[in-house]
Amino acid sequence: MRTSGCCPRPGSTLPCFSGFARGELSVQKMAASSVEELLAKAEQEEAEKLKSITVQKELDLDFDLGNLLACDKNRIETRDFREQKKEDFLRSLARDNTQLLINEIWKLPTERVEEVIVAKLPEPTTRLPREKPPLKPRPPTKWEQFAKLKGIQKKKKTNLVWDETAKEWKRRWGYKRANDDTKEWLIEVPETADPNEDQFAKRVKAKKERVAKNEFNRLKNIARAQKVKTPGVGLVPKAQQSRNELAKAVSVAKVSTASVGRFQDDLPKEKPPKNSGKRRKFDPLIGDFSSEKQKQLDLLKTMGSKKPRLDITKAVNQQMREEDKEEAAAKRRKGGGKRGRKGNMTGKGKAGKAGGGGKAGKAGGGGKRRGKPGKK
Amino acid sequence: MTQLDNITKPKTRRSKRFLESRAPKLTENVKSVMIMKGGNTSQTITQALKDVYSLKKPNAVLYKKKNITRPFEDSTSLEFFSKKSDCSLFLFGSHNKKRPNNLIFGRMFDFHVLDMIELGVEKSVSLSEIKTSKCPEGTKPMLVFAGEAFESDNEFKRVKNLFLDIFRGPTVSAVRLAGLEHVLHFTAMEGKIYLRSYRCLLKKSGCRTPRIELEEIGPSLDLVLRRTHLASDDLYKLAHKQPKALKPKKKKNISRDALGSTLGRVHMQKQDLSKLQTRKMKGLRKRRAEMVPDKDMRTPKEAKVES
Repeated sequence: MRTSGCCPRPGSTLPCFSGFARGELSVQKMAASSVEELLAKAEQEEAEKLKSITVQKELDLDFDLGNLLACDKNRIETRDFREQKKEDFLRSLARDNTQLLINEIWKLPTERVEEVIVAKLPEPTTRLPREKPPLKPRPPTKWEQFAKLKGIQKKKKTNLVWDETAKEWKRRWGYKRANDDTKEWLIEVPETADPNEDQFAKRVKAKKERVAKNEFNRLKNIARAQKVKTPGVGLVPKAQQSRNELAKAVSVAKVSTASVGRFQDDLPKEKPPKNSGKRRKFDPLIGDFSSEKQKQLDLLKTMGSKKPRLDITKAVNQQMREEDKEEAAAKRRKGGGKRGRKGNMTGKGKAGKAGGGGKAGKAGGGGKRRGKPGKK
Repeated sequence: MTQLDNITKPKTRRSKRFLESRAPKLTENVKSVMIMKGGNTSQTITQALKDVYSLKKPNAVLYKKKNITRPFEDSTSLEFFSKKSDCSLFLFGSHNKKRPNNLIFGRMFDFHVLDMIELGVEKSVSLSEIKTSKCPEGTKPMLVFAGEAFESDNEFKRVKNLFLDIFRGPTVSAVRLAGLEHVLHFTAMEGKIYLRSYRCLLKKSGCRTPRIELEEIGPSLDLVLRRTHLASDDLYKLAHKQPKALKPKKKKNISRDALGSTLGRVHMQKQDLSKLQTRKMKGLRKRRAEMVPDKDMRTPKEAKVES
């Protein structure tokens, strides 16, 4: 058999046959070796590519990608540190570590958000302390407890309600609400009612009482939630009670009987309570005509007279006395405060203290008034 | 300080929003830093404080006046300031003969001091001295801590935690890949901490992941650890307590077997076997003509099959 490219030369040791076979074999070998070469080449190329981003480290770094954090635990040789210039050493170290961190970040899943490629970060793993303690769920109010017990569900109500008289949609509650009880212009007097009673005033008064009761219950709920002790009526129990508070306690206790204190005997040396009774007193509309006439004439006389109504010297003396009192009080408080703390006192502090004292007094007065809502 | 359901209710929506932002929440706001000066400060310290302020720009408060307090002795004025400005991190800079160029980094829990660390600035290069273009403010920095001291030494571990807390910025769910510019590198060597701040340039490499080149911007500080006031273990644990709602919810009825495949469980109600659908035998179906006479002869079982 003669193959097309194989002519044995005289003197050559290879016969045609084996030459062909050798050719085939060599082709096969070449194919195999070329495949290997290709693979090796591809690997080399990849390694070349990755060379620019691979970093050799003894120990792997710890990553917390949620915080973009990398921790390098490798030892830093002090020799290296002092050999090169410090900055260059630190910079190369930083470059290596940042390269590793970036490699990790690039492994994360990405998505496209508005023409921008974004990598989705996992949850941060390092535990960091909170700023403020976590919120405790507030205890349920009296109504919520009752509703839970009875199984009453909250019903979602509409914001607007149809008002027949005004023929439009109005709020269910609030400013200019629908079916407002107190804003009616005509009220029929029921048969059982007193003809001289003011029905309009009665409705307004009932509304005020409801509002006051609601506010009172809201405050009670808050007090229960914060576990603040509130008295049923009267005063909060305190360790040291002042003289006024004791007097008040006595008067409250006296009135707390079934007959509202009418048959209670006085203690020895007990004085009648100071601030009880009506705060303001108005004369009746149609009363004593002569006294009213006299009052009007006196008024005209003082308006006509040339002497000033205000006694200036008396007023000035009173003002000076008040100022002295305030200064003495401030000095006392300042002295007490300074003993308490070692910080520095500026002018602002004094004014702040006086202002604070004044404010505290006012708040106390307001609080006191709030404590007795229904009492007249 | 002020709570939402207190005796006095907020009268405007704006004040209500303000109180709500300061109230304790499930997921908290970004921690902000208050930066203040002590009785006497040097040029290096004021520069360093200004640099940290510009690093943490939207979430930082820089106080201009000097405050004559010593945080390590009496921290009440610090706590008062933190309550007023609602900042749980603070940085206090001062300079005196005994402790030159002093910086105190600290954090608060519930407006009481949790940790405080005093560092001395040995060498500093400020932002203004390095004249290159800087990163835009508000970029979330990448943080790298190098050195085995950060793993082995207790105090350094706490320092690492504190620095992470201060410098990390808001927690985000996704980050723009091109926007990863700022790197803060902390190196712990021989009891000193070297803080360097770089801007990283993403260069083309052969593959998808870019090659990093660093360019130094920003403040570089060489710090030496002086005093520390670390929180006790139980206070530290208390500060880490997370509310129950934040715990990841367990998915029930899902399990994985040894080979890695996910198995699920489906709970069925009890089946009524009398109504079971069996095979239909078309030939045995009822035909209308045959129905009446054949009905009595049919057994109940057959009748079922036909259905």
